[in-house]
Amino acid sequence: MKSPLLKDIEKIAAEMGEVRLMEVCGGHTNTVMRYGLREVLPKNIRLISGPGCPVCVTSQRDIDSMVELALSGVKVATYGDMINVPGTKMSLVDAQNLGADVRMVYSIDQIIDEKDRIFFAVGFETTTPMTAKLLAAGITVFCAHKVMPPAMRALTREMRLDGFIDPGHVSAIIGSDIWGTMDIPLPQVISGFKPDQLLHAILILLRLIKNKEVEVVNDYPEVVFPGGNPIARQMIKETLKPVDAEWRGMGTIPLSGLAPIDERLDARLIYADLFRSIVSVENPKCRCGEIVRGLVEPRQCPLFGTVCTPEHPQGACMVSESEGACAIAYKYGKSLAE
Amino acid sequence: MTFYLENRMCLAIPGQVESVVEKKATVNFGGVKRQVDLSFLLDTQVADWVLVHVGFAIQKVDEESARETYRLLADSRQEELEAELRQSL
Repeated sequence: MKSPLLKDIEKIAAEMGEVRLMEVCGGHTNTVMRYGLREVLPKNIRLISGPGCPVCVTSQRDIDSMVELALSGVKVATYGDMINVPGTKMSLVDAQNLGADVRMVYSIDQIIDEKDRIFFAVGFETTTPMTAKLLAAGITVFCAHKVMPPAMRALTREMRLDGFIDPGHVSAIIGSDIWGTMDIPLPQVISGFKPDQLLHAILILLRLIKNKEVEVVNDYPEVVFPGGNPIARQMIKETLKPVDAEWRGMGTIPLSGLAPIDERLDARLIYADLFRSIVSVENPKCRCGEIVRGLVEPRQCPLFGTVCTPEHPQGACMVSESEGACAIAYKYGKSLAE
Repeated sequence: MTFYLENRMCLAIPGQVESVVEKKATVNFGGVKRQVDLSFLLDTQVADWVLVHVGFAIQKVDEESARETYRLLADSRQEELEAELRQSL
C-alpha cells in the first residue's frame, strides 16, 4: 500500500504522541484487517475496534429469550449470523435442530405477511428502518436494536480515546448533523469503507486531534447527507421509541436501544412471563464482553483459535465472519493489535 | 458476491437498478440479481446505482464510486482465493 495519504499521516503522526482512534463499525474493522491498515500506520497511531458488530453486542439474555420463545413453539425469524450465536443453553440454530421453527432471512420482506412469526430485530441504525417497516405492517418484534452514539459516549468515560471513526452506513440513515448533538467529547470523522477512504478519515482525524478541534467531519458526503435518509428516519420515529438497553460486556446503557411504540407488537411485553424465569450465564472464559469494548484483543482470550473457532464459536465475537472481531482476526490470521 | 449480500449487517453494497415496479426493483450486483425494496427512496429509476442493505436501497450512489467498490471486492476475493489455495497445498 503506497499511498500519498500514508506519507501525510506519517508526517503529522511524527509530531504527536500515542493517539488512540476507535472505529465503531464492524465493516470498518473488516477493511482495517483485510488491508492490514494497523501494520502500515505509524506505531503511535493505534486503531481500536469498538462495539460495531450487531450480533456481538446483543446480550446473552436476549439470545436466551429468543431460544426459549422458539422452543416454546412460537415461530421466529432473524438475520443470518444471529442464529449461530451461542446462548446459555443453545443457539437458535440448535433450537431449530430440535424442531423449533426458526427462519433465517436476508430481508424482512420475506416475512412481512407472516403475522404469527416474531422477528428478532438486531443491528444498529442501518437495519432499524426495515424493522420499522415490519412494525408498520403489524408484525410483532423482539427488539434488540442498538443506537450507537450513547455507547460511544459511555466508552469515552471508560477508556482513553482521542477520536472516533464514525460508521458510514449508520450515518447514511441518521445523517451527519446529528453527531454533533450527541455529547460525544471527541473529534469524529464519518468514513467510507474503502481503504483509501479510511486512511483519509484517519488523516483528518489526526489533524483535528492535533489542533484540539472537537468537531464532526463528514468524509463520506457522497452517501451521507446532513439529514440522512428522511423517509427511513420518519418511519423509525413513527414506530419505535428510545429505551435503555443491555449490551454484551457494557451493561445497560441509558436510551441506547429501541422498543415498539405499539405495545401490542412488542414481544418483550407479550411474552414477559416466559422470559422472567430465564437465567443467563456467560462462559466465564469468553472475553467477548471486553473485546467489543476494545479492552482486550481476540488473541488474549484463552479460547481463541483453540476451543473457539468460526466452526464452533463459543462466544458471539467468533460468529460473524464479516463483523465479529474474533472471527475477523481468525480469518486474516493476524492479531488485531500489531 | 452472494457472501456480501447476505452476511453483512452494517455494510451496504451498491448495485444497478434494472427494472422498477412500484416500490420493488431488480438490482444487479456484479451479475447477481436480487429483488430490492425501494421504500426508503423517493424516486428511483432504471440505471440508477443504489446502496443496498438487507434488501433495501438506503441511498443513491454515483456510478464511479460503485464501480470502485466492485474493483476492490474483486481484488479482495482474488486474495482470499489465493490464500485458500496456498493453505490447501
